[in-house]
Amino acid sequence: MTPDVHPLTLLIASVFTNNILLSLFLGMCSFISISKDLKASNGLGMAVTLVLTITTLINWMVYHWVIVPFELDYLRYIVFIIVIAAIVQVLEMVIERVSPTLYRGLGIFLPLITVNCAIMGVSLFMQLRNYDLLQSAFFGAGSGLGWWLAIVLLAAIRQRIEKNPIPAGLKGAGITLITIGIIGMAFLGFAGMLKVQ
Amino acid sequence: MSLNAATNTTRILKDNLFRNNPVASQIIGICSALAVTNNLINTFIMGVGVALSTAFSSFTLSLMKAWIPQKVRMIIQVLVLSFYVILLDILLRAFIPDIAKALGPYIGLIITNCILMGRAEAFAQANPPGAAFWDGLTSGIGYLMVLMIVAFFRELLGFGTLFGVPVLPDQFIPWTIMVMAPSAFFVLAIYIWIHNTLLAKKRK
Repeated sequence: MTPDVHPLTLLIASVFTNNILLSLFLGMCSFISISKDLKASNGLGMAVTLVLTITTLINWMVYHWVIVPFELDYLRYIVFIIVIAAIVQVLEMVIERVSPTLYRGLGIFLPLITVNCAIMGVSLFMQLRNYDLLQSAFFGAGSGLGWWLAIVLLAAIRQRIEKNPIPAGLKGAGITLITIGIIGMAFLGFAGMLKVQ
Repeated sequence: MSLNAATNTTRILKDNLFRNNPVASQIIGICSALAVTNNLINTFIMGVGVALSTAFSSFTLSLMKAWIPQKVRMIIQVLVLSFYVILLDILLRAFIPDIAKALGPYIGLIITNCILMGRAEAFAQANPPGAAFWDGLTSGIGYLMVLMIVAFFRELLGFGTLFGVPVLPDQFIPWTIMVMAPSAFFVLAIYIWIHNTLLAKKRK
């Protein structure tokens, strides 16, 4: 049963009301470590959006055209992660060729996209919620954009509070988590606009 | 030798539970840490699942380390992790289907939990299987411990219950924010604050 949601609604919802990072907590690890630097955050956000859109689409096709007909449902985790790893590998080679600056900026974090829970999570949610092909494409793209928006917001805020007198124990991760919490509360304001679940 | 091994064992335990706690010190693996912590029962199952899959995957990877070519080790690590997570998923769905359903995709997401990959890279690669198993298990317990503390406050203040049993008087008004996403960040931040302050004090 495909849920009756317009793909565009899904796109907007996954950016604002159901942001994968702020409401589903996906992709936190790289989120916290990269958001120290605005430029790298922007690059990673772009990479995540790209990878998410492509992997969600391909995983949809693999799931509905291979896994379901052959009744291999128990293998879906492995299949999803292999598809993701392969796409990230290809993307890494392309970025290295096209934009060495971006490649250097992302450094070791590009391979880490493979184990970024956001990518795997969106594929799993896509399958769990029975989205159709078009909905999955918009869901993937919207989730990526939402993640991108969140990391750029956080990086910008972190740059501003860097020189503020923060208690020693809260420096780094602590204050970053509190900042994310406050951004999350701000995003709760969007919650009344759309209902997709 | 045996004395040496014993001190080593306790050192790993202490390291993984406190000084190098994966969640509080290394800030990894917190995706799922935040998502499941508004309910103590789910949190417990999730934590035990992570501890067991980390332990067994570290053990397996340590056994296999001589045969894994350096270049493809990432993908092999991921495959071994997926194997154990799939086992865990099947077991949970067979024995406690309600909780498995509530945890939903977060079980599958254990594969991308950085703790598993991190222990495989940082410890299992260079240590014997027994030590790797212990290291994985204690890392998982360190994770479970932080999650339980966060979940304790979130469930208590958000629902007025502990493990689903009402413990607060009827007059208590639940803090709706504790059930929602932002509170997870706040509670974890406070935990990390206390953790860091205590560690800094000890170092002096």
